[in-house]
Amino acid sequence: MQPLNLPDSLHSVASTAEHHSDFTIMVTIFVLAVFVGYYVVWKVTPALHSPLMAVTNAISSIIVVGALIAVGLSEMSRSGVIGIVAIVLAAVNISGGFLVTQRMLEMFKGKNRKSVGP
Amino acid sequence: MTPGLTAISYLAASALFILSLSGLASPRTARRGNLLGIAGMIIAIVATLLSPSITNYQWIFGALLVGGSIGTFIALRISMTNLPQLIAAFHSLVGLAAVLVAAVALYSPEVFGLGQFGHVRSSSLIEMSLGTIVGAITFSGSVIAFTKLQGLIGGQPLLFPGQQYLNGLMALSIIGSCVYFVNTGESEYFWIMAGLAFLFGVMSILPIGGADMPVVISMLNSFSGWAASGIGFTLSNHLLIITGALVGSSGAILSYIMCKGMNRSLMDVLLGGFGTNGGSVAAHREKRPIHAGSAEDAAYLLNNVGSVVVVPGYGMAVAHAQHAIKELYNVLKAKNVKIRFAIHPVAGRMPGHMNVLLAEAGVPYEDVLELESINQDFSATDVSLVIGANDITNPIARTDPTSSIYGMPVLSVDKSNNVLFIKRSLAPGYAGIDNELFYRDNTMMLFGDAKKVVDDILKALA
Repeated sequence: MQPLNLPDSLHSVASTAEHHSDFTIMVTIFVLAVFVGYYVVWKVTPALHSPLMAVTNAISSIIVVGALIAVGLSEMSRSGVIGIVAIVLAAVNISGGFLVTQRMLEMFKGKNRKSVGP
Repeated sequence: MTPGLTAISYLAASALFILSLSGLASPRTARRGNLLGIAGMIIAIVATLLSPSITNYQWIFGALLVGGSIGTFIALRISMTNLPQLIAAFHSLVGLAAVLVAAVALYSPEVFGLGQFGHVRSSSLIEMSLGTIVGAITFSGSVIAFTKLQGLIGGQPLLFPGQQYLNGLMALSIIGSCVYFVNTGESEYFWIMAGLAFLFGVMSILPIGGADMPVVISMLNSFSGWAASGIGFTLSNHLLIITGALVGSSGAILSYIMCKGMNRSLMDVLLGGFGTNGGSVAAHREKRPIHAGSAEDAAYLLNNVGSVVVVPGYGMAVAHAQHAIKELYNVLKAKNVKIRFAIHPVAGRMPGHMNVLLAEAGVPYEDVLELESINQDFSATDVSLVIGANDITNPIARTDPTSSIYGMPVLSVDKSNNVLFIKRSLAPGYAGIDNELFYRDNTMMLFGDAKKVVDDILKALA
């Protein structure tokens, strides 16, 4: 890759090396998180598989973080507008996903009602 | 907020998400789990907004407010019966948001520290492409799943000759456009790639029939996670990578459990068209005698039993019969009958669908049992009451190696002393095969809408 338009070619070389180690760290984190997910989700009781889907859907809207940075740091041009749409979509998911999960979980009651709830 | 503090906040959010999922191990801890998930999301958003040089707060809060209100409105209004399509619709939003964030990274890479437009590292472009492709497939696939579940298009598998070749060709074109995009960094190729992935999502979900929806919806759940992870790689954001990986593996496990519940491979499901080649079975089916009964007959039987197991299926959801069934549960409980529910993993249109509906009606979760925990009890059960289920009770899956559902785990209702089968007609189930159970001497068929039949039984019991 030609380091075009970058202020300082030496800086670019350094940042490429940095990027490689960054990538290794990211893959490490990714693989470990997959393992954590694997072991945690196998412990979920099958009765709660619907709430599991709803809550994972809600937390996957963490993508909102990318959209927030996009809108927060860019001019209100094309990127800003795209970012705003992304925030709206993710926000629908966040509030909708967590609320519907809560609604579902409220319904799961045992015989001994006192034992339910924190 | 310093970058270090932001990183710590992201770590806290990741940990809260993990705790949120582990809370679902039991209904007792589940609600606390959900609250921890909410806390994690709030921490992540606040930490991001407090990072240095964030501006445009009015736009950000406006967008959050608009989206948040829409989500709240939908979540409070939706009926539990429509849950599967709601989840599908939500998945599509995550997919689309992923594509949009990738588009921002393409047009304004400097925002994420990826360099200038047109001069972004190939590795970043590859990561961007992965997030976009998976996001676009999640989006369009979920939209199709939604329209099928909502009944906007028929739940029947849509098949045409050469379909698999077309899909293969499309997959290759996606890879081709991705290669072009990574080499040139030009936005046209980005959108061609996204468009092709979008089409691919549509085409791959269309051939899949309604009863395979539990697999499809779990798979799209998984995809939405991988899309978030892909974007996390693009933006070098650890929180997105971790959260996406958690969601991705969760959805993958659910897909695996659903496939196992049908004794089919993911590939089988994706190739679609299950049950469509079984049409001939219904044609050459001889007229065999069945025992049709009335609600009064059923009530008479239920008046003299010690134990009942109810097997609900999608028909219960369609007829909104869960509240009537809870009434029946109360009445039989009052008569000291041991009544429990047996849930097949793929009953309904999404994982855990039946459990939610029964919980909605107020059935205590202790009396709702999974296949493995109740299957050996059928032989000691007086009456099995099958409501709107079919293939998941078919004993042929255990006995006939030539059957298309052979090897699929089924609920052994045939081992109980009597079977009450509430069904609209003798039509075969999703697999397109006849249910051996209909013709047994100890089976009584109760024809009609599930809710109406249960209501009639209740009247006769009173």
